[in-house]
Amino acid sequence: MQENILEIENLDVQFPIHIGTVRAVENVSLNLKKGEVMGLVGESGCGKSTLGFSIIRMLRPPGRISGGRINYHDEDILKMNEQDILAIRGKRIAMIFQDPLTSLNPLFRIGHQFVETIQTHENGVSKKLALEKAGAMLERLGIAQDRLFEYPHQMSGGMRQRIMIGMGLILNPDLLIADEPTTALDVIVEAQFLDLLNELRADFNLTILLISHNLGIVAQMADRITVMYGGRIAETGLSGDVFAHPMHPYTQGLLASIPNIQLEQPELKTMPGAPPDLVDPPQGCVFNPRCPQVMDICKNKNPELGRTTGHRAACWLYT
Amino acid sequence: MKLLDVKNLKKYFPLDTGLFAYLFTKERRVVRAVDDVSFFIRKGEVLGLAGESGCGKTTTGRLALRLLDPTAGEVLYRGQPLFEFSKEEMRKMRENMQVIFQDPFASLNPRMRIGESIGHPLAIHSNQRTSEVRDHTLEIMEKVGMSPASFLYDKYPHQLSGGQRQRVVIARALITNPDFVVADEPIAMADVSVSAMILELMVKLKEEFDLTYLFITHDLATCKYICDRIAIMYLGKIMEIGPLEAVFKHPVHPYTVSLLAAVPVPDPKFKRKHAIPKGEIPSAIDPPSGCRFHPRCDFAIDECSKVIPELLEVDPDHWVACPVMGRGSTIMS
Repeated sequence: MQENILEIENLDVQFPIHIGTVRAVENVSLNLKKGEVMGLVGESGCGKSTLGFSIIRMLRPPGRISGGRINYHDEDILKMNEQDILAIRGKRIAMIFQDPLTSLNPLFRIGHQFVETIQTHENGVSKKLALEKAGAMLERLGIAQDRLFEYPHQMSGGMRQRIMIGMGLILNPDLLIADEPTTALDVIVEAQFLDLLNELRADFNLTILLISHNLGIVAQMADRITVMYGGRIAETGLSGDVFAHPMHPYTQGLLASIPNIQLEQPELKTMPGAPPDLVDPPQGCVFNPRCPQVMDICKNKNPELGRTTGHRAACWLYT
Repeated sequence: MKLLDVKNLKKYFPLDTGLFAYLFTKERRVVRAVDDVSFFIRKGEVLGLAGESGCGKTTTGRLALRLLDPTAGEVLYRGQPLFEFSKEEMRKMRENMQVIFQDPFASLNPRMRIGESIGHPLAIHSNQRTSEVRDHTLEIMEKVGMSPASFLYDKYPHQLSGGQRQRVVIARALITNPDFVVADEPIAMADVSVSAMILELMVKLKEEFDLTYLFITHDLATCKYICDRIAIMYLGKIMEIGPLEAVFKHPVHPYTVSLLAAVPVPDPKFKRKHAIPKGEIPSAIDPPSGCRFHPRCDFAIDECSKVIPELLEVDPDHWVACPVMGRGSTIMS
């Protein structure tokens, strides 16, 4: 049994806004084992990115964590002071985002941005040494060293995304949070990037939380999958199990509605309705107004995900 | 019958447009967005136009509607040359040719009630009275699944969800009862469950309104559910065009093969069958000589870097611009 490097327990995240409180993440518990890739999937507004930002305590105001714990190597991130979190964020836990163009500073050369990252976290590293490290990292990513002296706008989208992951990995983190890392990329570049990520995963002994709406890339990368809906976890399990035998009606609907390029796959099925309003979520299970198998209890009581390990769903059909 | 016939279409966008460049540079640089593209669309069919960012698919779509004027080439609509129409004649044609854009946020006026937005084309193109336009609008709203229409009519775009907004855009495109609709990435912004709904709606409306679509997309997987034929573009050129099933099952052009192989399959047991090409798309300002794909192609021979390949018919209706893979086939006249 692998040790857990991250344990999230009963996490609640809220955004107080003028018309009420958005319950973006509600009662979410999730473990990440060392060395695994966890795919976190769901549609826009399901809380998957908010969960990612909570882990490195970078929620944008007015978002706040209103309950729960996030244990990283048995230390509660939510109880740390600013100094301690700075030592972890970026160094031990790295995060990469969807759009590399907005994540890189357009005014500075790539090399400068690497040096800044390194010197912020490691005292006394000379600029020369930092540049050498950065150069070696670029080589590893398949980018020529002299690119260090170029600006972000001189590079293609795929190259910028590789630079982002290089910057994330330069300090040897053990956890990488990748929030829609390939959404801005074309398919061929996306496939190249995922292949690279798989190699790096082995090289750096990484644990990855892969946040994506694209079930295709999650299927190819993830060992385990967690499906979120309306700020809550609907289902979690080994990725083979979730794809082969989805338990939650939401997961079933989601899988039936993804376009699949393989010709022998059946026709698309659509899910009626729209995701819930998280200011005023439906009573009981958040999915109940759209659920084809809804029962009386679903409209009154919220189903729990349960604490067992393995494949499980927060659904009254299974309790 | 060919509804739309595109012949040798070219669109070059000039770079260096400033006064300084005008006075002092000898050579005018251009972006070859669309470079000698020919295809046709039969009445009642859906042609998918797929490729990566910057391949020229959107420019081609705009040219097909004459939203842009070409550098060279022609577009025949029901046999009539579109680029020779006067402004007034073109205005009448627009009733039959409509477009659905990618971003339903940007393509709706935030200050117009959605009913007004939908009815607007009809108010322009017909001389119906306001009450008649309103009746038509309500009718079409019901048809695209926006009910109760009379309740939604007075809403503003910001009050609707993304999926509903895309329905508004579709309703607006269909209200003048067009024959031909260019759908430019209609579902690229939508979530999975919403995009499945929009696709289903577009298929249903195609039957109901007897439509012909040019369906532009970067997502090959969605083509499977709507397209009859598909054209694959790369750096301003069509690499392969043919019936969807033939292209998906037996892709011939090495670019098509790798593009199809790169599409992520939502099945953890799936293993990729073909290698992904290295490198990225070269610049359209100074594209590679000969076949545009040859620097990244595993099968390239000397000829590929010298001669621009023509579309060869490898199977009935299935055309490929590759002298290596398409060998022994007849040349498109």
